[in-house]
Amino acid sequence: MLGRLTWSAIPLNNPIEMGAVGLMGIVVLIVLGFVARYNLWVYLWKEWITTIDHKKIGIMYILMALVMLLRGFADAIMMRTQLAFSHGASHGYLPPEHYDQIFSAHGVIMIFFVAMPFVIGFMNVAVPLQIGARDVAFPFLNSISFWLTFVGMALVNLSLAIGEFGQAGWLAYPPLSELKYSPGSGIDYWIWSLQISGIGTLLTGVNFFVTIIKMRAPGMTFMRMPVFVWTILCTSILIMAAFPVLTATIGMLTLDRYLDFHFFTNDGGGNQMMYVNLIWAWGHPEVYILILPVFGVFSEVVSTYSSKRLFAYTSMVWATVSITVLSFVVWLHHFFTMGSGADVNAFFGISTMIIAIPTGVKIFNWLFTMYGGRVRYEPAMLWTVGFMVTFTIGGMTGVMMAVPGIDFIVHNSLFLIAHFHNVIIGGVVFGCFAGLNYWFPKMFGFRLESKWGTRSFWLWLVGFYVAFVPLYALGFMGATRRMEHYDNPTWVPYMWVALFGALLIFAGIICSILQIVVSIRDRKQLMDVTGDVWGGRTLEWAIPSPPPFYNFATTPTVNDAEPLWDAKQRGTIERQARDHYEDIHMPKNTGAGFIIAIFAGVFGFAMIWYIWWLAILSVVGIILTLIIRTCNDDIDYYVPGEEVARIEKAHFLKVASLETEKQHAD
Amino acid sequence: MDHSAHGHSHVDAAGASHGSYTSYAIGFVLSVILTAAAFWAVMSHSMSPGATVTTIVILAIVQIFVHLVFFLHLNFSSEQRWNVTAFAFAALVVLIVIGGSLWIIHNMTDRMMPQMQQQLPGLTQQQG
Repeated sequence: MLGRLTWSAIPLNNPIEMGAVGLMGIVVLIVLGFVARYNLWVYLWKEWITTIDHKKIGIMYILMALVMLLRGFADAIMMRTQLAFSHGASHGYLPPEHYDQIFSAHGVIMIFFVAMPFVIGFMNVAVPLQIGARDVAFPFLNSISFWLTFVGMALVNLSLAIGEFGQAGWLAYPPLSELKYSPGSGIDYWIWSLQISGIGTLLTGVNFFVTIIKMRAPGMTFMRMPVFVWTILCTSILIMAAFPVLTATIGMLTLDRYLDFHFFTNDGGGNQMMYVNLIWAWGHPEVYILILPVFGVFSEVVSTYSSKRLFAYTSMVWATVSITVLSFVVWLHHFFTMGSGADVNAFFGISTMIIAIPTGVKIFNWLFTMYGGRVRYEPAMLWTVGFMVTFTIGGMTGVMMAVPGIDFIVHNSLFLIAHFHNVIIGGVVFGCFAGLNYWFPKMFGFRLESKWGTRSFWLWLVGFYVAFVPLYALGFMGATRRMEHYDNPTWVPYMWVALFGALLIFAGIICSILQIVVSIRDRKQLMDVTGDVWGGRTLEWAIPSPPPFYNFATTPTVNDAEPLWDAKQRGTIERQARDHYEDIHMPKNTGAGFIIAIFAGVFGFAMIWYIWWLAILSVVGIILTLIIRTCNDDIDYYVPGEEVARIEKAHFLKVASLETEKQHAD
Repeated sequence: MDHSAHGHSHVDAAGASHGSYTSYAIGFVLSVILTAAAFWAVMSHSMSPGATVTTIVILAIVQIFVHLVFFLHLNFSSEQRWNVTAFAFAALVVLIVIGGSLWIIHNMTDRMMPQMQQQLPGLTQQQG
């Protein structure tokens, strides 16, 4: 009846896991209690769960990423603590099988449920606004995408309480991830959470590709798109091309584990190296799926806070496009040591080094944008400058490892760990914080205060170097990744310094949380009155903060790559509401996306525990929900022009009154 | 062929063709023939293994184009330019990933020690 699910799946004898489960349970209970106390059920359902508004979906993605950042960081600090103590006779506090789950979960959570939702959140919040659109091309699909990602995240976290998580690393290489060597539920949790959230991401890629191709405001030619939109266009292309490879590869592993196939086994004609090859044919483009959007964020931030047009827009666009193409011809550098010949290694080594060229072009473009500009060091700009320095160092160690001979020495060592944290923290995480500080006022109508934001930045920056520079050294000294115990006493001080760095980053995270809390408390003083709090240059700053649900009362016409800056120069910004507005065609909210995703989550859970009848039932549920949704013709409505006029008038009145209030105060 | 197939086809506002009964019927019949031919090639054992693999690969590629033309209505008219561009990019990626994978794995297999190749017949079989 319940497959292989029994009471023994709950790790009652493991105090650390049960403690974490208890903590998670308490947080969930507090949230539910809050919702019940203020009776927010209907509000949550109507305004958030069923929403297909890209802005709200974006906010939910970012919220999920922030919460998961805490979970992933808890894993990180557990690993650092273990390695500070676990040497010689001491074996630390984590047994190997638990430590293996922690580093696997840390990688999966940080990549799939922190970095991905964070950048997809920014895509959702900013892209439609930057191109002057009312929503994405397929709003209902967007809701499905989010909830599928959410369900994947929920499955990973469920593995803490019921069963176990994978112990085969974040990419679950066979043969270790085959049924023979990993008979438990851990790899199956990995498989189904990634399959479900991966489909969500693929749909997001399709959605944003079509949105950018089809829904740009009149006059916005390709070479007038903001650089962030360009990077998201390229990211969408990468998602559409790469994620099917992930789906197929995990699908083959699934067949191996569930139906006794032999794609990647040692026997029966299988070849586990094909898995390594295929997973990185997805995995390397995935790296660029994460970094390209934040390149876009930095481009927006640098030019806004330098009060200057982005230097060499055209070269920025072509650098982005060439990185997109090149990202598909470098994947072998993740497994130089596999044993290919010199021809293969040389080809992939050189193509990897070539990627540094367009990336270098971007770094210089950002620097030249700042040069001669009036630079304002708000937190978003601090994160950007921190990124430029840190990412350049990470890029240099990357080019070092692109030399196959060097890679043979540092492969699978802590040097590699230091390298990719150098580019992922120094690139993606810094970019996400820059974007959060930059677009927060657009999302919520008040900006984040800068004192705690600045503290958070410095703690993260210093903490990063203190935590990861020792790892570079340890890598040279022979320390391998994924090790939970070592006997070399000379490594101990480095491990302690790394732990101290992790604690500094922890302090940085606390400051980020305080920054948000303090900003919510002081939201009146931090209010964004005009909608253009930073002196913005692109269309999202031309409308109120937060934007009305229809975004643009009238479709803007674009004459320049920086439409708002252009309008400011010409003095064509509208200062008061028009007398007449057209009716606006809008999609209606729907719970179908949420319901489909819940069925998908139940399906994943049923597959993990071999509860076949439940798996079949949930597939039927998904199909039925889709059919019912497809038969529903009542999916859109018109906002009357008078209603638009009322909202717009209220906004302009508010701006005027607040401005006079401010003048009086001054 | 294209012209007659699109004789009665519905053309939407974007200028993209949605095909006609005739084009779907032709596509369906061709697909069935190509699929049946592939099954026959394997099940009849009338060719050497190498020739069989070559035959079914060719049949599969033809099948792809039949689907593209008759079911996905891909052609080189101006209104289909985006679709063709997308298809060309997808083809490039498929070429890189499949061609690259074959190159990488064959290169590695060639460098395996000879006695290992005897122990692992699966690896040598894959070379075709």
